[in-house]
Amino acid sequence: MSTFLDRRVFIEQGLRLSLATAAAGTLPWAQAQSEERSANKAGEMRSDVLASQHKAGQAFSNYGMPSVYEKRVIRLIGSNRMVSGNGVSWTPLESLEGMVTPTGLHFERHHNGVPDVDPARFELLMHGMVARPLRFDLAGLMRYPMQSRLLFIECGGNSNAGWHEEPMQKPVGSFHGLVSCSEWTGVPLKYLLDEAGIHSKATWAIAEGLDAAATEVSIPVSKLREDALLALYQNGERLRAENGYPLRLVLPGWEGVRQVKWLHRLEFTDQPVMSRNETGEYTQLLPSGKAEQFDFVMGPKSLITSPSHGQTLGFPGVFEVRGLAWSGHGSVAKVEVSADGGQSWSTAHIDGPVLPQCFARFRAAWKWDGKPAVLQSRVKDDHGNIQPTRARLIAQRGRNGYFHYNAIVSWAVDSDGTVRHVYA
Amino acid sequence: MFTLKIARLVQFTPLFLASLLFSLTSLTAPLAHADSTASTPSPMGKPLHSGSITRLAPNIYPNGQGLPDGMGLAKNGSVLYQAQCASCHGTKGEGATAQALIGGDGPLSAHDADKTILTYWPYATTLFDTIARSMPPAAPGHLSADALFSLCAYLLAENGLWARDQPMGPKELAAIVMPNRNGFVQRFP
Repeated sequence: MSTFLDRRVFIEQGLRLSLATAAAGTLPWAQAQSEERSANKAGEMRSDVLASQHKAGQAFSNYGMPSVYEKRVIRLIGSNRMVSGNGVSWTPLESLEGMVTPTGLHFERHHNGVPDVDPARFELLMHGMVARPLRFDLAGLMRYPMQSRLLFIECGGNSNAGWHEEPMQKPVGSFHGLVSCSEWTGVPLKYLLDEAGIHSKATWAIAEGLDAAATEVSIPVSKLREDALLALYQNGERLRAENGYPLRLVLPGWEGVRQVKWLHRLEFTDQPVMSRNETGEYTQLLPSGKAEQFDFVMGPKSLITSPSHGQTLGFPGVFEVRGLAWSGHGSVAKVEVSADGGQSWSTAHIDGPVLPQCFARFRAAWKWDGKPAVLQSRVKDDHGNIQPTRARLIAQRGRNGYFHYNAIVSWAVDSDGTVRHVYA
Repeated sequence: MFTLKIARLVQFTPLFLASLLFSLTSLTAPLAHADSTASTPSPMGKPLHSGSITRLAPNIYPNGQGLPDGMGLAKNGSVLYQAQCASCHGTKGEGATAQALIGGDGPLSAHDADKTILTYWPYATTLFDTIARSMPPAAPGHLSADALFSLCAYLLAENGLWARDQPMGPKELAAIVMPNRNGFVQRFP
């Protein structure tokens, strides 16, 4: 039967392969090696591999781009036919490794396109129930103490195809890829709150962007004071236009719609504004007919990115099961993996560092015996929250919740090695 | 000589101590400043005059706060709707490339319930706020207050929530009680 193995299996098998013993034929990796040998009868290396050593290479570049051979690793775009700037682009999770999302592959959700904001004219405004209405230019903001944090941002609508009757057959990034993880650097908003003197009765701030939807949402002042960042940098460079240049509100662990891009205004009030994006949208309708509102935190979630839908295992043997886990409540405490649809579980290895409200990359060595298997992962965070099964999520929240879907994801591995999405 | 040396040493001791103290201070001072969270940053905000605030798109609150003066009629809204909105939302507001704005099947407890203005939206002011700041997508933020009230009057009348021939202004819009007004459970606070 297929089983999860101790991670040391990779090291041990590597050693045995290097010894090239008579037992090699029984090992999958050695098998691969021997197959390659038989394909290349002479047993010699490819002669064309050294071509680059015999001609001058490309010149320097002012800004590096991915290898020309990686052109297919892109964000897939799903946008409105009439309003091209309304829609999303998905992070191709199935093609990426580690815990940081390349900046150019960070997911997008725009309501009416990416605005062109001139940094020289930009100002952040704070007004409403404050002692001192203030405006801040970028030079001023740059003077404040800054903080860097590795944080995931997940759209509240990520994975919503999980509510569908039938499992969607698309690569994992194309329906779970409205989540990305970056290092965000900026000014803790608490400094500016103190400077403006927020009225004690001002419990909400209405954050507004400079986009062509003037997107606005209500945010509790308590969160702004606790850990909100006015992000100026992403992964070490100034924000990309599509991620809010020049200023983005970052709210660790909270749904993406609150983390307003192109942030230019905070109005302090004693009530939420009840905008479209916190009433008609980004609320969760329950089976009772009531809807949950202001459910800010993204729950614990994990998924296997490899193997995943669309990939092929080839011949049986040992594979590294790889995936991502995160929780808006805190840090990933434990990730478990199953190859039998959740009947038995093994603890996965987590690459460090494990940080709050941040991606964690997990790995597990899995020996596939060539028979059908159902791969799953589940995460528990350090606040005791556990990723639910899909059946449990639907029992609790019905089929019309649409937002905040975080159920366990199942990949069926067929005996021919193909991988597809199933509900299990 | 020996006694002189002792005397000089004693004489210099306070200076030595002082210089030692100084060097200790200069060693520890950068460490104290390295904890940036402990220091109060220099205020960089500049005054924002109230005149600037009036130029911003107002946030429209459920109690009507932020609504401009103005008056609209459903019949004018109907003309505006066909000209500016119907291409995406459908000639009868039934939805096309954009969401339906008129009608919607409930009850909300049904798993395929429609989440529309009629069945789902808790506040009529949200309609004004959304149209004012984001519609139409090709040229948002240009509709006059009267045009916005007219569009709200039209859409709410088509949804059976407003009398077709009744003028609508800020007071009237804020007073409308939407069918799903009490349909939301707030997870915060």
